[in-house]
Amino acid sequence: MAKAKAQAQAASVPAFYVTGDDHAHSGGSTMLGFWLYLMSDCLIFAVLFATYGVLGRNYAAGPSGADLFDLRLVAVNTAMLLFSSITYGFAMLAMDKGKQALMQRWLVVTGLFGLAFLAIELYEFAHLIREGATPMRSAFLSSFFTLVGTHGLHVTFGLIWLTVLMVQVSKRGLIEANRRRLLCLSMFWHFLDVIWIGVFTFVYLMGVLK
Amino acid sequence: MSGSHDQAEPHGAHGDDHAPHGSLRGYVTGFLLSVVLTAIPFWLVMNDILGNATLTAIVIMAFAAAQIVVHMVYFLHMNGRSEGGWNMMGLIFTLVIVAIVLAGSLWVMFHLNSNMMPDMHRM
Amino acid sequence: MTSYPDWWKLIFGRFTLEAIPYHEPILIGTFAAVALGGLALVALVTRLKLWGYLWHEWFTSVDHKKIGIMYMILGVIMLLRGFADALMMRGQQAIAFAGNEGYLPPHHYDQIFTAHGVIMIFFVAMPFVTGLMNYVVPLQIGARDVAFPFLNNFSFWMTVSGAVLVMMSLFIGEFAKVGWLAYPPLSGAAYSPGVGMDYYLWALQIAGVGTTLSGVNLIATIVKMRAPGMEMMRMPVFTWTALCTNVLIVATFPILAATLALLTLDRYVGTNFFTNDLGGNPMMYVNLIWIWGHPEVYILILPIFGVYSEVASTFCGKRLFGYASMVYATVVITILSYLVWLHHFFTMGSGASVNSFFGITTMIISIPTGAKIFNWLFTMYRGRIRFELPMMWLLAFMLTFVIGGMTGVMLAVPPADFVLHNSLFLIAHFHNVIIGGVVFGVFAGIAYWFPKAFGFKLDRFWGLLSFWFWVIGFYVAFMPLYVLGLMGVTRRLSRFEDPSLQIWFVVAAMGAVLIALGILCFIIQIAVSIMRREQLRDVTGDPWDGRTLEWSTSSPPPAYNFAFTPIVHDLDAWADMKKRGYSRPLGGFKPIHMPRNTGAGVIIAGLATVCGFALIWYIWWLAALTFIGVVATAIIHSFNYDRDFHIPADDVVREEDARSRQLGRA
Repeated sequence: MAKAKAQAQAASVPAFYVTGDDHAHSGGSTMLGFWLYLMSDCLIFAVLFATYGVLGRNYAAGPSGADLFDLRLVAVNTAMLLFSSITYGFAMLAMDKGKQALMQRWLVVTGLFGLAFLAIELYEFAHLIREGATPMRSAFLSSFFTLVGTHGLHVTFGLIWLTVLMVQVSKRGLIEANRRRLLCLSMFWHFLDVIWIGVFTFVYLMGVLK
Repeated sequence: MSGSHDQAEPHGAHGDDHAPHGSLRGYVTGFLLSVVLTAIPFWLVMNDILGNATLTAIVIMAFAAAQIVVHMVYFLHMNGRSEGGWNMMGLIFTLVIVAIVLAGSLWVMFHLNSNMMPDMHRM
Repeated sequence: MTSYPDWWKLIFGRFTLEAIPYHEPILIGTFAAVALGGLALVALVTRLKLWGYLWHEWFTSVDHKKIGIMYMILGVIMLLRGFADALMMRGQQAIAFAGNEGYLPPHHYDQIFTAHGVIMIFFVAMPFVTGLMNYVVPLQIGARDVAFPFLNNFSFWMTVSGAVLVMMSLFIGEFAKVGWLAYPPLSGAAYSPGVGMDYYLWALQIAGVGTTLSGVNLIATIVKMRAPGMEMMRMPVFTWTALCTNVLIVATFPILAATLALLTLDRYVGTNFFTNDLGGNPMMYVNLIWIWGHPEVYILILPIFGVYSEVASTFCGKRLFGYASMVYATVVITILSYLVWLHHFFTMGSGASVNSFFGITTMIISIPTGAKIFNWLFTMYRGRIRFELPMMWLLAFMLTFVIGGMTGVMLAVPPADFVLHNSLFLIAHFHNVIIGGVVFGVFAGIAYWFPKAFGFKLDRFWGLLSFWFWVIGFYVAFMPLYVLGLMGVTRRLSRFEDPSLQIWFVVAAMGAVLIALGILCFIIQIAVSIMRREQLRDVTGDPWDGRTLEWSTSSPPPAYNFAFTPIVHDLDAWADMKKRGYSRPLGGFKPIHMPRNTGAGVIIAGLATVCGFALIWYIWWLAALTFIGVVATAIIHSFNYDRDFHIPADDVVREEDARSRQLGRA
């Protein structure tokens, strides 16, 4: 009886393991993992924005945003980053079509816009420091330099990564791993542009408002 | 929780490696919208169009929020489906935490300053 | 100091020979012991020719099981260090009365309480919970490894790197003297000019990188790599709590990193974030650090709640009562934990409205926690309870944690907190929840999963001895602190005037000795179990009649965990499989795709350690060099595309046949 029951049960036993081909290990989680990393990066910026929000009006009798910021320069800088975003997008479209040379060219253009952005930012910083508005001058300037500088460091890191990836693509071609990396950098790059929206709105534009 | 449902497809095992990368049309739309949404706040502030700082601040923040959405949709290709909705879930959670960190810090520190250093505002 | 020439400063930064504390007999003794012990260990490993084995099989391993075990070993080692600090503090406070200075000068005592807190939280509790999650989660979800195996190895070594820096501070220079959260302005350049604070900053910064990345890794693992059929609401509770914990890690450790970076800028560059002049505001640091700090305590306790849930259902032989409510409670705690941080500084004067808001949210968060206690109670109700070691720890936890929870709610009332803030009552409270919650749970988890990891159970006698010493020791050590706190004694004092207080400190010191015996018994338990491993051997892979997938594979599991990926049909998948007549597959094995070991993690973390050391001592050339080394190694590693291999089907067959023979013997 017990045996019969066991047999009846055996007939209804579902599959308990995958017998077919197993899933590949690598890569499937990369995009999600990288997105999670970006979210954690987002919180670093949240702290810097919060610090700027709390300390950003503590001028300590020093210069204020209205005294220091040159909005025309900021507008040019914003344009550089925005252009680099669309050119990175074009590179991704070229990658989708498998046009490696075209993609590399768009990546070069993206990198140049990124470099221009950094150069303008460094020029701005140098100018401020020359005028005595150093990060040590007041809490406002400390938080300004740290917030904008951290964004700049991210752009710098993005440029190094971009260069490495271009070398890797030229050596290995548009293989699966390289495509994945290019997509990660794409998210990183666009993410930096999103952060910059916050920077130019909260720091620069609102900084010059009375 | 039985029957055919039990033979669940191996979800989660095979991630969609190929996230949508958008189209030329999408990128150009996003770019044009971004240009407009960037230019207007700069124009408003540089020429002091509204003549009222508080109002200007609110308006440019609204533009910033709109532009962030544009970037998310057209450049980062955010939608409720990528990675089975986990990307969106992560984003929403992060935005909640960011809001808590920003609003909480400002609220706490404002009260702290006005309670502990009431004279500072008049200086 | 002034006698050192410029070339010395160029090469060695601010390191001088006076920085070696050869005039402190306690430190010299410790150093001698550590050096001799270390040399003996190195000699032994060399003698047994184990270096190659350790390097190839452990240090460079990307196997989540080995990394998990290494995290646990790190936790045990650092527990010994952190507990030595605790004993010294208890000893000092027990004797330093009425003119007696005690044996620890204030500057040494201050370093000890700072190191105790930092080590216990970052390098004991965190490695323990990360280790448990690393080991268990992939097995519970039927995966072969984590989503990013290399990153896992790298994260571990970054945590080690932080621990190494903290340990170095013992013998080279000094450690911070500012309390475990290092509030400015005390921790700023003006009041803490020495290297101690810089050890603190760089150790936490480097370890924090590892923690954050391991958080990303485990979330991606849980989200993407669950076995087919394992929907979210079929995940084991431990996996659920691990998911929530890692969400908290990813969403809070960046806040810690940014906050510490701002303090670092204040100290190194001279910015004015948290200074008292030029517009800085030290309270902003307190605000930010607690936005990280409060979720951090849930990072520690949530996975432990998961451990208790697994233990409860296994040793009561039934499903966990209220699985869904347990999951929702965990998720609610995850979110609410971001809304309570200000209760750590009610007294700083942000006023009635702010304090009431955070007081109320704090009381609200105790509701889902309370719900969990009831779930465990109802799981036990009418269950067939087996009083194995993990179950004992669960019972001790439930009694102890409720007391700690209630004193926590007392502290959540702002007017009460004004009386109790920074008193020994607070110290008693958080040790009550951390020892009674996290530590007991870690021991429950070790006793529960040890047979899975090593193939034999832990010795019961020594385990029970350790259990009773720990539990009784805890009450003897910390109940007096509640009393002292209510009498108004504040924390972090190295000597006292009022002799009537002394008896309480003496009792507390005795409690600490009892806990020390508990730790000793735990170490003996491990040693005895290894010696008696043949008697304690478990060949079934399922010694407790477990309910989740980790018990369906052999003990210890093969490198690939599961020869075939399991398919899940129900919550408590393994209990379901056993009930419905699952039979182990005996043939048809295929090659298995696995990640390859790599030394890049060890190398990068090693360079990061040197870089941190150089930054602490202002040795700028070395800092620059090692930083470039870190970036370069990472780039070179990215050029290696050959990161995985296939375990040949023959090897799988051999491994599985061995298990069949073993099961036949059972």
